[in-house]
Amino acid sequence: LCQPSYKMPSHQLLLQLMKRPSLLLQASRGLSAAAAGGTRTVTLIPGDGIGPEISNSVKKIFAAAKVPIVWDEVDVTPVKGPDGQFRIPQKAIDSVNKHGIGLKGPLATPVGKGHRSLNLALRKEFNLYANVRPCRSLEGYPTPYKNVDLVTIRENTEGEYSGIEHIIVDGVVQSIKLITETASRRVAKFAFEFALREGRRKVTAVHKANIMRLSDGLFLKCCREEAHKHPGVEFAEAYLDTVCLNMVQDPTQFDVLVMPNLYGDILSDLCAGLVGGLGVTPSGNIGESGAIFESVHGTAPDIAGKDLANPTALLLSGVMMLRHMQLGEFADRIEKACLDSIGDGRARTKDLGGGATCSQFTDTICSRVA
Amino acid sequence: RSATSVGAIRFACYQARSFCSGGGGLSAAAATATESAGSSGASLQHADQGVEAGGILNAAKYGGRHHVSLIPGDGIGPELMDSVKTIVNVAGSPIDFEEIPLSAERGTDEDMRRAILSIKRNGVGLKGNLETFEGMTSKNVQLRTKLDLFAYVQRCKSIEGVPSRYSDIDILVIRENTEGEYSQLEHFNVPGVVESFKIITEAKSRQIAKFAFDTAIKTRRHRVTAVHKANIMKLSDGLFLDVCRDVARDYPSIEFNDVIVDNCCMQLVARPQQFDIMVLPNLYGNIIGNIAAGLVGGPGVAAGMNIGRKYAVFEAGTRNSGRSIRGKNIANPSALLLTTADMLEYLGDAEDAKKLRNAVLTVLRSGIRTPDLGGSSNTKEVVDAVVQYLLQVRGH
Repeated sequence: LCQPSYKMPSHQLLLQLMKRPSLLLQASRGLSAAAAGGTRTVTLIPGDGIGPEISNSVKKIFAAAKVPIVWDEVDVTPVKGPDGQFRIPQKAIDSVNKHGIGLKGPLATPVGKGHRSLNLALRKEFNLYANVRPCRSLEGYPTPYKNVDLVTIRENTEGEYSGIEHIIVDGVVQSIKLITETASRRVAKFAFEFALREGRRKVTAVHKANIMRLSDGLFLKCCREEAHKHPGVEFAEAYLDTVCLNMVQDPTQFDVLVMPNLYGDILSDLCAGLVGGLGVTPSGNIGESGAIFESVHGTAPDIAGKDLANPTALLLSGVMMLRHMQLGEFADRIEKACLDSIGDGRARTKDLGGGATCSQFTDTICSRVA
Repeated sequence: RSATSVGAIRFACYQARSFCSGGGGLSAAAATATESAGSSGASLQHADQGVEAGGILNAAKYGGRHHVSLIPGDGIGPELMDSVKTIVNVAGSPIDFEEIPLSAERGTDEDMRRAILSIKRNGVGLKGNLETFEGMTSKNVQLRTKLDLFAYVQRCKSIEGVPSRYSDIDILVIRENTEGEYSQLEHFNVPGVVESFKIITEAKSRQIAKFAFDTAIKTRRHRVTAVHKANIMKLSDGLFLDVCRDVARDYPSIEFNDVIVDNCCMQLVARPQQFDIMVLPNLYGNIIGNIAAGLVGGPGVAAGMNIGRKYAVFEAGTRNSGRSIRGKNIANPSALLLTTADMLEYLGDAEDAKKLRNAVLTVLRSGIRTPDLGGSSNTKEVVDAVVQYLLQVRGH
């Protein structure tokens, strides 16, 4: 919709916009971008540790591929406000709100400091309700698990991570898991729309409604209702423990998985482990009025500044972002260049068993993509 | 590793028992009796004999035979329990089963009460999985909480002949079995909003931690790893972790470390051999237990035991009802047979346990396997093969 060369009959366009008002926002941005010569502005949050290096790699590769994107770099390190509270700088918030798309490197959560996890703060600030993690086996970086191609979609705002805990009496703690119909419906709807858009066959709701009858029962009910509304996608339900059991035996049986917060956290990391770990896994956080794509590995302070970092995770997140922005051709080219470079043993970075530096790996990809 | 690990686990249970009841009466005696073999006193003798000779303190044993409560359950439970009965018979094990009609369909409060009474009377139970339909409370959870089966133990060991991506795995998963996320306390706050409570108590955390470390000592294992999410759930999982660390101080010979649950999952699929004993709260135990079972061969070969201070109930490790393969003669009986072997060991019949375990492992090694292990035999063929082996061993 946002690409200037995209031709859609005007009545269809109008119908789409009426059905999905958020598209209007995106379309208007796209139109204004089109007016500016087809370039979109994207907020870039380099992050801490190896963040700046891998962000530079991504910028270089995108430039080599001539992606029509302009970067607006911001720093999200919290600043102390006039009331003494630590907050994300207003400049960063304004940037993401304006552009609607962000790419983020790893952030450090300092121990003992006065602010909460930054990742959590960003999530709350932009109401990023769905975390999407595609896990695909990398050709050229084999693990014991072959042909993995699944996507975990995790509800990102509530559930077990509501942070509501009490000490009832000495030695007894109660932790509250919150499940709401609104949030469950929203993530279920997204899961089905995502499946349709990406051409995926089946959505499986993962739950423990045999034990948590009301909470997971509510989540399941919402998933079932959305399944009815999207008959083009197959729907299945599975217990969390059965999914885990089957996942480590045969992960190829899974396609798209949608689940509440905690299960999603655990399962998405399990799936990342199947294909090679967090260093090669992309991730996207979808909100109602925007999306932030990020690498989910740590800041690796021990190798920061030494040109040893692996930019794959951030790059593949950038690829996810391009697809989200309907820049699929660029996405495909960059992804292929990246995967081919990993497949070429010499060009890989150290963590993947190769001997290349970050810059060398980046240059290899640039030469493949140009 | 100790061959009589189940016996060791029972011992650890006695230790935990003495701790929990505050050291009163017979339980304290049991604990001290084990420490100093050959204690005096008539009242201590039974306890002494019980633990040292491997018998049971207060389970029914008439004429040298054990009574075991049998709950076939739903799905593939009934057909597999038939196999168990056949094999126990052939093996000549001194077990009499008291069958309890409890299932998803037949599950009134009275039925449940009778089941619990039976297990209390016999001290040991063998159960299949009871299905939970919509609107029902889980009967499995009810049984465990009412009998205070505070620990769920799964031994996940690589089995020769069973296809797996890894070798040399030997993980003991010790899961808190009665609280945590399974407290079943939920309500609608307002329409469309549900609150579900996860309860973590210091007492139960300490109980399971102590059980884990005692088991480590008795099975001659080296490391206990606590799995948690205390970075996010600071109070609840934080309490669990603090208590584990505290208990670890009493066992300086056992290494202790902790890992966050999502990282743990990644480590399990990358390098599972790094784990020894894992101690976890209820839900994470469910997840990690299933992952570990999947790593060594899947639900068909996984054995599990619910252990309490006074009672024990054995079941197939991953607790599946197998609804979709019911009546098709393709269910893998190995899991339940290995569980039965564990139960025999718990009851003090180490010889019979060893025979049965060997029989099952030999049959698995020989390639006679059900479809879940990539084989083409059916349930009956596997059972017959085990029977043949046992008959051979008996000299028939």
